[in-house]
Parts: sequence; structure tokens; C-alpha cells
Amino acid sequence: MNKLNSKFGNFGGMYVPELLIPALDQLEQAFIDAQQDPEFQAEFMGLLKDYAGRPTAMTLTRNIVSNPLVKLYLKREDLLHGGAHKTNQVLGQALLTKRMGKTEVIAETGAGQHGVATALACALMGLKARIYMGAKDVERQAPNVFRMRLMGAEVIPVHAGSGTLKDAVNEAMRDWSGSYEKAHYLLGTAAGPHPFPTIVREFHRMIGEETKTQILEKEGRLPDAVVACVGGGSNAIGMFADFIDEPSVKLIGVEPAGKGLHTHEHGAAMCKGTTGILHGSFTYIMQDDDGQIEESYSVSAGLDYPAVGPQHAHLHDTGRAQYVAISDDEALNAFQLLSRKEGIIPALESSHALAHALNMADEAEEEMIIVVNLSGRGDKDLAHVHSILGDVK
Amino acid sequence: MATTTDRYQAMFTALNAKHQGAFVPFVMVGDPDKQTSVNIIKALVEGGADALELGFPFSDPIADGPTIQQASIRALSHKIKTTDCFAIIRDVRDTYPDIPIGLLLYSNLVFKRGIEQFYKDAAAAGVDSILIADVPLREAERFIAVAKSVGIKQILIAPPNASEETLAQIGTQSQGYTYLLGRAGVTGAETAAATPTHELIEKLTRHKVAPPLLGFGISKPAQVAEAIKAGAAGAISGSATVNIIAKHLAEPEVMLEQLKMFVSEMKAATQK
Repeated sequence: MNKLNSKFGNFGGMYVPELLIPALDQLEQAFIDAQQDPEFQAEFMGLLKDYAGRPTAMTLTRNIVSNPLVKLYLKREDLLHGGAHKTNQVLGQALLTKRMGKTEVIAETGAGQHGVATALACALMGLKARIYMGAKDVERQAPNVFRMRLMGAEVIPVHAGSGTLKDAVNEAMRDWSGSYEKAHYLLGTAAGPHPFPTIVREFHRMIGEETKTQILEKEGRLPDAVVACVGGGSNAIGMFADFIDEPSVKLIGVEPAGKGLHTHEHGAAMCKGTTGILHGSFTYIMQDDDGQIEESYSVSAGLDYPAVGPQHAHLHDTGRAQYVAISDDEALNAFQLLSRKEGIIPALESSHALAHALNMADEAEEEMIIVVNLSGRGDKDLAHVHSILGDVK
Repeated sequence: MATTTDRYQAMFTALNAKHQGAFVPFVMVGDPDKQTSVNIIKALVEGGADALELGFPFSDPIADGPTIQQASIRALSHKIKTTDCFAIIRDVRDTYPDIPIGLLLYSNLVFKRGIEQFYKDAAAAGVDSILIADVPLREAERFIAVAKSVGIKQILIAPPNASEETLAQIGTQSQGYTYLLGRAGVTGAETAAATPTHELIEKLTRHKVAPPLLGFGISKPAQVAEAIKAGAAGAISGSATVNIIAKHLAEPEVMLEQLKMFVSEMKAATQK
């Protein structure tokens, strides 16, 4: 039986083949031991500081907000080595891999950010990485594919299904069910079967902890809201974790509305989905009336996933967090605004969170401090955005 | 508590008397389309199948290799719904009142319909057992409870790496038969099952589990014979069966003949 709680209210669990249970139990045990092992913690903290560049800055925007009542801060995960928050938890799981005596790492990736993070951590620690990536994503994220290969990872395009993140997860799980003795499945988001949602949250929780310290230093009080984009939900849960018990702080997750919530082309599992099981977890998913999983859509590959991490489902149902959706167009607009007004090119994923924060700022009628988790930088999106917008004047 | 005849028990009793093991082919319901699927399942029975293991198509089958994934895709491309699957099974059940019929599927199909409703519909269609590929023992409790209430047997999987604790629980909970995994990995005929572990079967016997049927990677009569020699009550063959369907999509008559021949060869290997 599980040593940690495998559920968040009704959500979560371990809906995987019996074959994978021993591997998940082994991982749970390694995680529990590592959390109590000062040597592990010292090594993890050392890597975060000296290799990845933590703590990351928190920047007060100067020009993008016109409402004088509002202060908008950006938690700068885009400055982390690798270009996104993903590096945090990958370093943690890579250390767990070594602790379990495994030599290989399997991972899935959507935008390629988790794949890049996995590749760099495996290069650093001498682990052999193979990374499954939807064929469609391999095409639209070519620079990240090259980055992964440059750092020695094998990238395997997945043609099955929609050729995106969900199919890459399927393939990674299939691989793992035959290779768990030597390989660790380094899942990239706060979804999937227990213990992944808990491990990923704990290895990202410094995002919210640093934010708290930094905002108290700068403002002497907690923010009114923290805002983060939600695909699987790893950067959001990392930002939320330390604020869950601070009821004055609103937690806002932003899902991709794609071409609109009234269309079928979106990835808003909580705003529009229903409960069900995907990739080992009971959570909100996008499905038809028979329970077949529907294909999601978003301009941002990292949010193009038809489910969400189970803790978000729980935070949603209990009302502790609020989830909204932002369309492709709104995200693209925020992407350009931040570039032009602040000299920061954000990832398309993070642009969703930013777009919602800008809407909040416009509507604010009293003083408000908002922190957006700027989870990644936009370099990887340049070619894609260029192809959509054409030459910007 | 619904009362249904225990078709698995009747089958094992009859086979024991004949000194035979069971041969159980697996196919995907609705593959490649509704009518052909009915014909395929009937051909399996005509070929000599002792029981049937039937899959329901699912969009994200994480425990399946490419062969069975393709079968799901074929069925779903013909817009097969859960309701159609039950209708096909009802048709088969009406033709063959005694053969044990098991379902092997994924949890979300069951959840979406509602666990109680799904099991009731399955019982009404003439299903004897349900195995959910992504429901391990530790999530199985409420499924087992519903299964019992409608007279369906919840089939449990014994993987090669199972702990003593897991095997002991299978011992207490298993009904009908136990699905014994011959090896790690996903379904597929391309990788042969490792030599059926006498050890695992002995362990299973010690824990008094329901009769074990060996599955995963069984594609040849010699493997069926080996499985039975190792102490298994029979063997399940999925990908090899589905491969015959995939190979003869353009010529359904040949497909049905080949399926019958395959099943009868595999069945012949069950004689002790």
C-alpha cells in the first residue's frame, strides 16, 4: 500500500497496469527517503543554485500596466537554465534516478521544454535519455529537438494518435512497462499516476517559496493573486503550493482556450472537460460521451494536453483555486506586448497567464499586487509566432 | 445478487476431464467493423476457442503494443460505440450460450458510462468477466464490489514482478480466472513470452488464486503447450489473432478461414 496519500480529494490515484505498481512504489520510497536525506537535499539545492541559477529574479513591470492601482510582478522562471521552470524538477528526478541505481531515463515532451530539461540533466549526470515527442511537435519545435540531440538525448517521434503530448505520454508509459528495471520514467508535469503529481509539486515548490520571500521583501505583504498557465499544471502547482494555506492570496490557473471555448479546438480540461481517467490519474479530461479521449489544441505546444494534474482538479472543485481560459489570439497579443513594453519575450505558454493578468489589471478598481509565473522564455516559439504574425512592423 | 451460471468453472471442469488446458483468443470488438467483428468472433468459437477475451476500442491504450492499438483505431474509425460493442456481444451470446466471455478494456470507458451501469449492461449482454487493464489491485475495490452485485467476475492480473502481498490479495479476491502476465512490457506478438515461470505459477497455486491463464506474447502452439506444461490452466493469445485480421482486411473470407485454422492449431496444443 502507499506510504503517501495517493489522492487529492477524489482525484489522482494509480490507474496503471499492475505491472507498473512495483516501479511506482520504488519511486515513492526513493522520494520519501530523499526528502529526509540532508545529503540529497544539499546536492539538489546546490544544483539549483550553482547550475540552474536559483533563486530566479522577480521583476516589477514598468510599462505594460497602465492602471496605477496595479503592480504586476513577473516571477522569472524564463531566466532559469534551460529557459523554463522545467529544469527544477528534472534535476530532482534525475538525482532520484541515480539514487534508485537506474541508468536510463525515459521522458515525454510537448513543447520540448521538458525534453530539453531532461536532456541537460541527463548529460550532466551521465544518464542515457530517450525522449518521446509527438511527430507534429517534432515539426513545430525543431530548435528544441536539435537542443536535445546536441546534449546527447535520443528523440523518438511518435506518429500514433494526434502526434502530440498525450501520444508521447502513452508511448513513454509503454516503454517503461518493459524497461522499469533499468529506466526511470521522468514524467514532466504534475499529472500521471501517484507519486508523480506529489513529486513534481515538491520539486517545483521553491517557485512559490521564493515568490513569497521576494514579495515580502519588496512590498511587505503577500500578493493579492498569483497567476500561472496550466497544461498539465507543473509551473502552476509550483507557484501555488506555498500559497494554498494563505487564503488572502487568490490562486488563478489559466488554461488554453485555443480558437475559443465554444469550438472543439482548445485544451481547457477544467473549464470545459469532465472527470475521467487519463494517464493513470482520475482528473478533469477532454472526452466524448463514450469516454474516448479527445484531441486538444493550443497555439502553445506546452499547453496542448487534454487533461490536467489531479491536484488542480481538487483545487478547482474545492474552490481554492480559480481556473480561466485565454485564447490563442489573446496569448499572442500578450506575447507581443511584453516584448515591446518590457523587453522580455515570454513563452507562448506563459503568455496565457500574462494575458489573464493584464485583463485583471485593466479591471482592477482597488490596489492590487499580481504575480505572474513567467514560466519560460519565448525563444523556442519565435519561428512559430513569426509564421503566424508575419513580419512585425 | 444476480445468479448466473459459472461458465468459467464449468469450462475448467470439462477441460480437466478431457486433460486439456484452455485456449482463449482475444480480439477487439468492432474490429474492423460491426458485421465483420461478429463473424470474426463466431469464427473463433467455430475454430475451437474454449473462452473469448474481448477488447473494447479505446483511444489511449497504454498497455497495448502497435498491433492492438491498430485494432482500436480501425474500430474507432468506424465509429464503434460502447453500445455497439454490447450489441455485438449479445449477438455472440445468443448463438453460444455456454462459452465464457470476458472483457478486457480501459477504465475510462467504464467510468464514463458509470461503473454500475457499465457492469449491468455487460451482464445483460451475457458477459462473464471484466478485466480492466489500468486498474491495479489497489484501485480495484469498488469495481469488485459492483462486479459482485451484478454477478460478473472481476479478473485480476498477476504480473511477473508481483510482490507476495499482491499475490496474497489476488488469492483472496480473484474469481473466474487469473490473468498471468508472461513478461513485462506491452501486448504484442513480436516479443515472445519468457519461459513461463514455474516459480510464479507455484506461488500462485500456493496463494490459491483462480486458475491462471498465461497471456502476453503467446503466438505459437508450442508456447501454449509450454504454458500448460508449466502449470497454467491455459493460454490467451491476442496480438497473433489480431495480426491475422490486419493481414486479411481486404479478403474477409480468407480472414475467417485463417482465424479458424489458427485457433484450432492453438487449441490442439492444449492436450496434456
